[in-house]
Amino acid sequence: MNTSLKQTRTSKWIVGIILTVGGFFMVLPFIWMILSSLKTDAEIMQFPPTIWPQEFTLANFKELFLAFNFAVYLKNTLIIVLCSFGGLILNAMAGYGFAKYNFKGKNILFYLVLATMMIPGQVTMIPVYLILNAMGLTNTMAGIVLPGLVGAFAIFLFRQFMSTISNELLEAARLDGASEWKIFWKIIMPVSRPVIAVQGILTFIGAWNSFLWPLIMANDEKYYTLSVGLQLLKGQYASNYALQMAGSTFMIIPIIIVFMIFQKYILQGFNVSGLK
Amino acid sequence: MRNFTSKRAPYLFISPALLLLMLFSLIPIVVAFFISFTDISLVGLADWSQINFVGLSNYKEILTDPVFLKSIGNTLFYVVIGVPLVIACSLGIAVMINFGENKIFQFFRLIFYTPSITNVVAVAVVWSYLYNPSFGFLNYLLSLINVSPVPWLQDPTMAKISLIILALWRAIGTNMIIFLAALQGIPKEYYEAASLDGANRRQQLFQITIPMLKFATFFVTITTMIGWLQFFEEPFIMTNGGPLDSTTSVALFIYRNGFQFSKFGYAAAGSFILFIAIIIVTLIQFRIQRKSDEESI
Repeated sequence: MNTSLKQTRTSKWIVGIILTVGGFFMVLPFIWMILSSLKTDAEIMQFPPTIWPQEFTLANFKELFLAFNFAVYLKNTLIIVLCSFGGLILNAMAGYGFAKYNFKGKNILFYLVLATMMIPGQVTMIPVYLILNAMGLTNTMAGIVLPGLVGAFAIFLFRQFMSTISNELLEAARLDGASEWKIFWKIIMPVSRPVIAVQGILTFIGAWNSFLWPLIMANDEKYYTLSVGLQLLKGQYASNYALQMAGSTFMIIPIIIVFMIFQKYILQGFNVSGLK
Repeated sequence: MRNFTSKRAPYLFISPALLLLMLFSLIPIVVAFFISFTDISLVGLADWSQINFVGLSNYKEILTDPVFLKSIGNTLFYVVIGVPLVIACSLGIAVMINFGENKIFQFFRLIFYTPSITNVVAVAVVWSYLYNPSFGFLNYLLSLINVSPVPWLQDPTMAKISLIILALWRAIGTNMIIFLAALQGIPKEYYEAASLDGANRRQQLFQITIPMLKFATFFVTITTMIGWLQFFEEPFIMTNGGPLDSTTSVALFIYRNGFQFSKFGYAAAGSFILFIAIIIVTLIQFRIQRKSDEESI
């Protein structure tokens, strides 16, 4: 017994060491990014590279806002984030409709929703562009936001969760004369807080990172998001790595902070989604 | 009155989302199918009477297009190398983290998950810098142990591998979490019974853990495979398909023809070929899964 306990302890140490080495390589790009973003342009070009900045500077971050339109990109990104929360409510409504009502065509419609999950983005990319173009929505915020507003997977998760809410609760509210709309806002939404938390965080991350639609739809820099702006920066200032790292840091750090605060919900979310 | 509203209510709840899905997912499939038989381009976009029906010529042309064929080869390379790597790494890390069962190992879970939520453009920019042949950090690390500089993004084969490393780094997190959830679902009694019977740790891993993870592995395999078939952002941002189209994926080929060359019909034909490939791969996966289920019964 004693030897096997010892064995377990040594193998725990070995596993710990492997994970530490692996973990180091996982965080290395982030550390390198942050350190580089604080270096001067001249220091970046040195060989061998310095690990720790010789003198710390915030000049790169200032330049993002002064020489580039990062303030505009940030504003657009935040608009997309806000809109996508609107989309989240549409997903929740649809999930509720499928979870708690019986109506004609319910199964077929639900299968249609699920079927859209299988359709690869590359197939819809071109026709969606043509459709938005026909609607006159190219190079508008609406054109950027609309295609990604609702998603089948989110509707599916909302439906799964809301199916578990007891029917008696809803019937009692109906007997009290509450309208269907009121039931949704006053009962369903508060009870669904766990799934809304998970979806809310994922929605935030998705919207903050949105790249492809803004890239396709926006001809004009005034509609660029942070991702598109950063890609533009990389193209135009290919050798200014300090500036590029500042831009990347500016995009990545907020996401990591949000993730660290809410990680419990995100990592639990995989259990809510029933992938166990 | 009450009956009337409650009959209409479900439709009111589902219709906004459903309309958007119709408009941006289902109808586009039909549109893509039709335009793949036309020569629609920027001219046709402005004036629909300029669009001509061209039959199968887009498909004929694309299947002899050397760049398209090369992009298929590259995509297969990504799938064949990338999928097993993602599964092996995320499963391995999940098993190791699950083995620890204490706070430090919880911390590792966080560390390994973080890359998967970060912005793909930002990390591609960071990795381009890491991969830089003259002042990139990776070649500097190699120079410390006297390894000559690696042409990370300059050599055709190495460039593909470099993109795979980046994508692997991003893919581990999500899949590891799926495996971890599945691992925690395995009853502890199985291991206790096995160790009473004298099974060592390796036997337990191969006889209990891996068979019990069958569904999770199936799920990860399918989603990863579909993901690699649609590989796009990494080559687009880091190499723009180069050098010499050696990193161009099918998805990048479609994007480029559609939005840079405005050959919408041609790109739609390419996208349909990709769609069919994805469907076939998924069906084969389901077939294999069913077969192995039958065998285990």
